[in-house]
Amino acid sequence: MSALPLTRPAVEPETAPGPPASLWSDAWRRLERNRVAVAAAFFLAFVSLLALLAPWLPGLADPAAQDLRLGATWPSAAHWFGTDELGRDAFARVVYGGRISLLVGLVGTLVSLVIGVSWGAVAGYAGGKLDELMMRVVDVLYALPNIFLVILLLVFFSRSLLMLFVALGLVQWLTMARIVRGQVLSLKHQTFVEAARALGATDRSIIFRHIVPNTLGPVIVYTTLTVPAVILQEAFLSFLGLGVQPPAASWGTLVSDGARVLALFPWLVLFPGLALSLTLLAFNFLGDGLRDALDPQDRRESA
Amino acid sequence: MTSFVLRRLLLFVPTLWVIATLTFFLVRLAPGGPFNAERDIPKAAREQLMRQYGLDRPLGEQYVTFLAHAVKLDFGPSYKFPTRQVREIIAEGFRVSAELGGWALLVAVLLGVPIGVIAALRQNSALDAAAMAAALAGVSVPNFVLGPLLVLVFSLTLYWLPPALWQGPESRVLPVLTLATAYVAYVARLTRAGMLEVLRQDFIRTARAKGLPERRVVFQHALKLGVLPVVSYLGPAAAGLIMGSLVVEQIFAVPGLGRYLVNGAFNRDYTLVMGVVLFYAGFLMALNLLVDLAYAWLDPRVELR
Repeated sequence: MSALPLTRPAVEPETAPGPPASLWSDAWRRLERNRVAVAAAFFLAFVSLLALLAPWLPGLADPAAQDLRLGATWPSAAHWFGTDELGRDAFARVVYGGRISLLVGLVGTLVSLVIGVSWGAVAGYAGGKLDELMMRVVDVLYALPNIFLVILLLVFFSRSLLMLFVALGLVQWLTMARIVRGQVLSLKHQTFVEAARALGATDRSIIFRHIVPNTLGPVIVYTTLTVPAVILQEAFLSFLGLGVQPPAASWGTLVSDGARVLALFPWLVLFPGLALSLTLLAFNFLGDGLRDALDPQDRRESA
Repeated sequence: MTSFVLRRLLLFVPTLWVIATLTFFLVRLAPGGPFNAERDIPKAAREQLMRQYGLDRPLGEQYVTFLAHAVKLDFGPSYKFPTRQVREIIAEGFRVSAELGGWALLVAVLLGVPIGVIAALRQNSALDAAAMAAALAGVSVPNFVLGPLLVLVFSLTLYWLPPALWQGPESRVLPVLTLATAYVAYVARLTRAGMLEVLRQDFIRTARAKGLPERRVVFQHALKLGVLPVVSYLGPAAAGLIMGSLVVEQIFAVPGLGRYLVNGAFNRDYTLVMGVVLFYAGFLMALNLLVDLAYAWLDPRVELR
């Protein structure tokens, strides 16, 4: 089925009667028509559900249950993704790995979202010296590749999951702060803000009640693109052995473990690698789709 | 122009100072010292070690000493390998890492730009779609997944290339390819977008109207502006390549700076980690300055102020 406008009845008038479409319903329509983005959304929903429901899925093996006599076996009907050297079911390991990878991605993104939006909104609204100072901080942090900061934080403090959330969130907010600041600068002199101020609203409520909600479009788009970035960084750190610590295992840990026995059991790299790559790809497709839907003016392809 | 360069160079100082301070205090305030890992170390010996590295001094004094030496790129001896100076390790590791990163950047530009130009010239053709789909896949497969897969195919199945180590030209192929692939893809996408933007503009229509052959329109007029997004991407790309080199050097056992950094991080080798981080920060800032200059040179509309 093609969803091209051509297949619609030609009589449909250009300006349909009824209430005008809001930004959101308009964006939703555009997103729905983007089949790649819809497919990506369905894929992500499927992966998330699988990860969320893993402990209650009937027939899913215990990812920690070892069977040393079985050892590593090729993928089969009993073990879809094969088993590892300890006889653990690789499919279950990948599903449970997804739990950790997605959790780190979401929490890290949330941390960066809170810091980035607040920082950018305050800087943009305050203007002047404070704005200059706050943005200079962002510039300085930009100069340092953020992975170094993460490594420093993880090495010199504890390597706990909590520290991982904090460290990944702490380095991801810079671009978000810049985006929000730019939005706020263009919004703060508009009449609805003047009106709110005339009615006696405090700075705090003007920023968070009136201005921030109007920056949602770009923020949503960038958030969707931050999740895969955080997931990738976590996997990267876990690959180096600095991320999630055993017995917990993320997709990055699984790839790292698999890479060690690559010559003998290649499927142990292949499946977690595939799960990770497809998830990242789906997030990027969805993010691109959302950008096109929410910001129809900006049609430039930014890779 | 000269004043632009001078002012940017002057900005280096406070930025590096902030990073150095941040790193120093992050390291010093962290729980646990560098000599806590070895359990059986006698108390007297540990005190001797602390004295030797000046760790028994007040924090403020340590900080001043650290800054005074860091200015001279002297980060002292490594904590883990006391006979070696951090400066030597950086010099040795960077030579290898720079070769790896330099080749990767070259491959990214020499493959990515032509792919992007062809895709833009045949916009919406099957070739364009295929190139862009491949580019998207290239961006999405992380290098630490790609590396083992390349080893599996080219070393363990086909026996064409060595799976590890940094000896001889053929040992360079897989690490460089692993590092470069994502950037080939990214550069191709940027080039395509840039070229499409430029090919729509009036001066291109003028050039065509004058009857210039298409080849000259594309290569002499459009390409120079079309690759501008790629040029401004080179700064972030270098940062990304450095990050990627941490993983690639680990996979292929390449004795580069990234490997020293990761091992230093595991060993809590304070001086080594601080030295490498500061070195890379300064290196990237210098590189970004060069990128800005190249940008201004390519695009006469940009004025450096």
